[in-house]
Amino acid sequence: MSDTTPKIDLSNLKAGGFIKQRGKDLFTVRLRVPGGRMRIERLKRIAEVAGKYGGEFVHLSVRQSIELIDINFRHFDAVVAELGEAGQKVASCGARIRVPVACGGCEYNPNGLVDTQKSALDVDEKLFGTPTGHHKFKVAFAGCPFDCPKSATNDIGFQGAILPVLNKTECISCGLCTKSCVPKALEIGADKKPEFISEKCIWCGDCLKVCPTSAWSEEKRGYTVRIGGKWGRNPLVGTLFATFLPEEQVVAFIETVLAWYREKAETRGRIRLGDVIIAEGVRSLLDRLRKEYSDHVVADTIPPQIIATQTGIQS
Amino acid sequence: MQLIDLRGVSCPTNFVKAKLVLEDLENGEIVQILLDDGEPVKNVPRSLQADGHKLIGLQQTSEGHYILEVEKNEE
Repeated sequence: MSDTTPKIDLSNLKAGGFIKQRGKDLFTVRLRVPGGRMRIERLKRIAEVAGKYGGEFVHLSVRQSIELIDINFRHFDAVVAELGEAGQKVASCGARIRVPVACGGCEYNPNGLVDTQKSALDVDEKLFGTPTGHHKFKVAFAGCPFDCPKSATNDIGFQGAILPVLNKTECISCGLCTKSCVPKALEIGADKKPEFISEKCIWCGDCLKVCPTSAWSEEKRGYTVRIGGKWGRNPLVGTLFATFLPEEQVVAFIETVLAWYREKAETRGRIRLGDVIIAEGVRSLLDRLRKEYSDHVVADTIPPQIIATQTGIQS
Repeated sequence: MQLIDLRGVSCPTNFVKAKLVLEDLENGEIVQILLDDGEPVKNVPRSLQADGHKLIGLQQTSEGHYILEVEKNEE
């Protein structure tokens, strides 16, 4: 038997991405697809490899991966090599920084306020697979406050944001922005032009998008950052730690949070970031972040919010 | 001035209809487009503007719908 078994490079296994599934010798192979964008040539190669070594189908995972099903462990090296020829890598699992999730971004999606695809690639390139020492660490990028990727259910969630500013001489008093403003941060003033109530604004940019004369423009653009979210058996929703974080500071910001997490989770075992924040209090993380990102860190915040999913009356 | 009544026409059909009418005009010609409140008035003006046309005015009538004035501008 050992004569017919190809030598397996076990270093492929260490990084994760090969997940034991049901069935003797069979594994699921999770592919690395940051932001869910897949070039067509690469997709064709994945289809070829899946057809050659896998089962009848692939699975599109919740976090935008393609997973090859029914891969015999004896074919790991061939699968990795053949995917690698097309530049396709295998993802990771375990207590590491995972492949970031992102919406389509702003290049073709008219709602997108920031280039989430670029951010996801950047984080994937620089931080993917970094061991946390404690638990998994998920990052997601939403291009606007519609937040299709549900950013606040990640350890760090980034949400594109715009702070609007009005040029009153360009405004034709059509009232569209005021009417479109979901959080009611705009009211028609005595001069028939909108008045901006900044504390109600969620920075969605709808006023800019809807304005027929471009009287609204952006004063600031960046990411709203929520930290400490997770889902699973004990869901937490991450809370606000920073606003208008520039896109080019995303990687360094994650590194700072990760360093705090590693330090504060010491002796706490396998624990997610949100639960560490609840245990340590928000002040500790806010103070750490403020040393490097004082222009963007909020004055105060609340801990990640526990979502009671088991309430209700059972008969 | 030509009037396009797109009341009762939903997105994105209203935008495509407006686009087709504008295609038959000369640059600089102005049309009035009637749009329903809600999604149509939020979407059609900005989509026409993104195509390069010039938005001249937008006012709500007492009946609730909007009158959009657009100057054709292509290429």
